[in-house]
Amino acid sequence: MIKKGSWVQIKKIILNPEQRANNLPEATKKVPLLLWVKGTLLNDSEMNELVEIKTVTGRTETGELIEVNPSYLHNYGKYMPEIQEIDHIVKSALFGGDYYE
Amino acid sequence: MNNSYESVMARKNEIMRKSVGIDFSNYEKDNLSFDYEGLLSEGSFTLEKIKQVQNSNGVGNTPLKECRNITNLVRKVSKPGYGARIFIKDEALNDSGSFKARRASVSCYQAKKLGFKGVIAATSGNYGAAVASQAAKYGLKCIIVQECYDSKGIGQPEIIEKARACEAYGAEVVQLSVGPELFYKFLLLLEETGYFNASLYTPYGIMGIETLGQELILDSIRLTGKTPDVVVCTNAGGGNLTGTARGIKKTTDKNVEIVGASVNLYGLHMADDEDFNKKSFTTGHTGFGLPFIMNPDRSDVPRSAARPLRYIDRYVTVTQGEVFFMTEALSVLEGIERGPAGNTSLAAAFSIAKEMKEDQIIIVQETEYTSAGKHHQAQLAFARDNGICIYFGDPKDEIPGKSIVLPKSVDLIKAVDIDLNVIRKKFLQNQFYKSKKLSKYDIEFLSIETNTSIEYVINESKKYNIELEDIR
Repeated sequence: MIKKGSWVQIKKIILNPEQRANNLPEATKKVPLLLWVKGTLLNDSEMNELVEIKTVTGRTETGELIEVNPSYLHNYGKYMPEIQEIDHIVKSALFGGDYYE
Repeated sequence: MNNSYESVMARKNEIMRKSVGIDFSNYEKDNLSFDYEGLLSEGSFTLEKIKQVQNSNGVGNTPLKECRNITNLVRKVSKPGYGARIFIKDEALNDSGSFKARRASVSCYQAKKLGFKGVIAATSGNYGAAVASQAAKYGLKCIIVQECYDSKGIGQPEIIEKARACEAYGAEVVQLSVGPELFYKFLLLLEETGYFNASLYTPYGIMGIETLGQELILDSIRLTGKTPDVVVCTNAGGGNLTGTARGIKKTTDKNVEIVGASVNLYGLHMADDEDFNKKSFTTGHTGFGLPFIMNPDRSDVPRSAARPLRYIDRYVTVTQGEVFFMTEALSVLEGIERGPAGNTSLAAAFSIAKEMKEDQIIIVQETEYTSAGKHHQAQLAFARDNGICIYFGDPKDEIPGKSIVLPKSVDLIKAVDIDLNVIRKKFLQNQFYKSKKLSKYDIEFLSIETNTSIEYVINESKKYNIELEDIR
């Protein structure tokens, strides 16, 4: 059970495909418009239940409970060796071909 | 109240009027014109007052830095005597990490002054962090509405980072999947909360950048003894270029060439769920730059104060590969690690500097902070994960959404000109759809809007069978 007062993220559909704007590209037209927002859980709940939350501005939103203590997991990605190659190109051009010797 | 898409969009003007504290209809003139300078005097701000508001809130007076190694690199691939001195205005040092703090500062000041409890901005870019940061200073509540994920929930790394930054400054971040109906949710939030619409396109969003234009001129004179020959502005919605150019013109009578630069994302549809994560730039690209310069009033306010066509002297595109390359060059040659989006104009400046003499000065007017998600390392890795082919070659072979071509040698960095005459004609065409009649005021307005002449506008109008009223 997820306790009332927990910091959570919810997800909800705000427009189904048939409710969406006209003139959308095909790939967008066939999927719903989704919303994600974080806040404090207003009642004891279970994961994936429809829940109510209070956001930091004091608004109430309802949606599917998808994460408790949602984390920032974005990073610098897998190492890209091309970046070393850029360094090599600009330093050799500026300081001479023997810079790396 | 009916909250269907159609009903909310029908209430748009009413919601807007309440949320920006400006009655835009007061400025409308004749058939299709409006009083631009009148709109830009909303709030009766002077440049001095804006400077004071900014300087007391962690914004402005950023250093102008000479990029000596990059300048020397340009000279390695220029004709003898050519290769202008390149300077960058290190806007990443504003609170919140970008020049957008200048725009947010005036909006948040005004929101507080008018008694609003909070501010809302629809933005996936640095502007969100800027509004959140300035709102924090004034004790205003803040909601940032972002287009962040595709329908599978895969987020653009740089937008996820900006969400983190907004939350770090205490804002609520409402994240949406791909689609222009973000505006629908934005309107609903304005209606629900009664907060101030801190749009990028209100007069406040533009006035705030005029200080940047002024600083560029004063910094350049202080460091070099003269005004810059060229200022390059990364161009998306047009506000950056507009505000910078206005600030420059308020500070000097000398001729300073204003160049706009956008990343070429030709072929990628901005509202396409599948294209969303195939692009490595979420702003400063042609997907915004071109539609907004040809039709500025497509923004989130009835009349956009961003009118880049009034001020732009030259418009160029650069490729994603060139911008990543220059971002790394800035880091490894100048010791300044900054985000790629701000370096769009650096890539353009590198190319343009080759055409300029050694004693000339070219200024790149912004940098942005970098970090996880935003860093070029993260962006390139994300592109590769999304099947984009990354290789060294000639950047002109890059196909947005399919490849990122890193220049295999520095001489291959080459900004490509967009014909402004074509843009001007398209702009006028869009205006002529609005009205089949033009007054004398309308013609003069359009000549200023396109930076052309009365004769030019009249000639174009003839192609569309436009009726000219009271022309003597």
